[in-house]
Amino acid sequence: MKADKPSAGKSYNFTKTMTNELIKLVDAEFAGKRDSHPAFGAGDTISVHLKIIEGAKERIQVFTGTVIQRRNNGGNGETFTVRKISNGVGVERIIPILSPSIDKIEVIRRGKVRRARLFYLRGKQGKAARVKEKK
Amino acid sequence: MSGLIGKKIGMTSVYSADGQALACTVIEAGPCVVTQVKTDETDGYKAVQLGFGEKKEKHTTQPLVGHFKKAGTTPKRKLVEFKEFEEELNLGQALSVADVFGEGDFVDVVGTAKGRGFQGVVKRHGFAGVGGQTHGQHNRQRHPGSIGACSFPSRVFKGIRMAGRMGNNRVKVQNLKVLKVIPEQNLVVISGSVPGAKNSFVIIEK
Repeated sequence: MKADKPSAGKSYNFTKTMTNELIKLVDAEFAGKRDSHPAFGAGDTISVHLKIIEGAKERIQVFTGTVIQRRNNGGNGETFTVRKISNGVGVERIIPILSPSIDKIEVIRRGKVRRARLFYLRGKQGKAARVKEKK
Repeated sequence: MSGLIGKKIGMTSVYSADGQALACTVIEAGPCVVTQVKTDETDGYKAVQLGFGEKKEKHTTQPLVGHFKKAGTTPKRKLVEFKEFEEELNLGQALSVADVFGEGDFVDVVGTAKGRGFQGVVKRHGFAGVGGQTHGQHNRQRHPGSIGACSFPSRVFKGIRMAGRMGNNRVKVQNLKVLKVIPEQNLVVISGSVPGAKNSFVIIEK
């Protein structure tokens, strides 16, 4: 942010980038969490270690599956969706990437995909629902 | 009651310690200047008038230029009166965000809602519409239905909710929590949403 913000006699209107700077300032407190995770995207198989609080106890639950999308990139509201098949039933979790509940994220396998959102996996089963590995 | 005038910057989200994502609004509040102090003796009631936002003197009317000169400050864009201000304030005193708000406070926010133009009853008043598309309906899915009886009273009662201009009115949202105060940039982060467009003036009351 520039130091010479509204000084006497100057017009009040700030530029649009200036406004975004102020929001970035609020976001900055949490942004470090994003850098602590490995880079991953749609098609990758990851396991997310989530902290679960039960009463006074805290334990770690691992959710392993395919990333089918990453949304709202850059902001505090950025989330990703992990899909896995559990007992023959498709389960999806939408997790905020900056959530303090995430203990760590491991990338297990890099997938080769041609689109950013893999919603077509929802309609497929078994062999058809696989993602090719990136070589 | 104490408060400040501010400018809505926009929305983002923050995370609480227990992992909850909270939607929040960022407001640039203050620094405000006391432009007038009203007392029982001179005005019949107690109030403090605050000014916010810079404005050029050539865009200010002469009576207002005199008003600002009296307070010893530059012309301000927005003037708002706060009744029964909690602290004792002097003319020309500057108020910053840290003076008034602290983390965990509950505040009310007043803004001017976004104008929606001429809207029908479904959007404007939350009517359910006609319901079905079959059984003879073909062109009235979002109509209001009956607006009254027949030859008695043979008129439409006043205040019947109908289509019309929506928005662009003063709206107050009560009991919003202050999540964070950043004094260096005069920012206050408030939980939830606040009426009005980005860059519009809002009044934060405590």
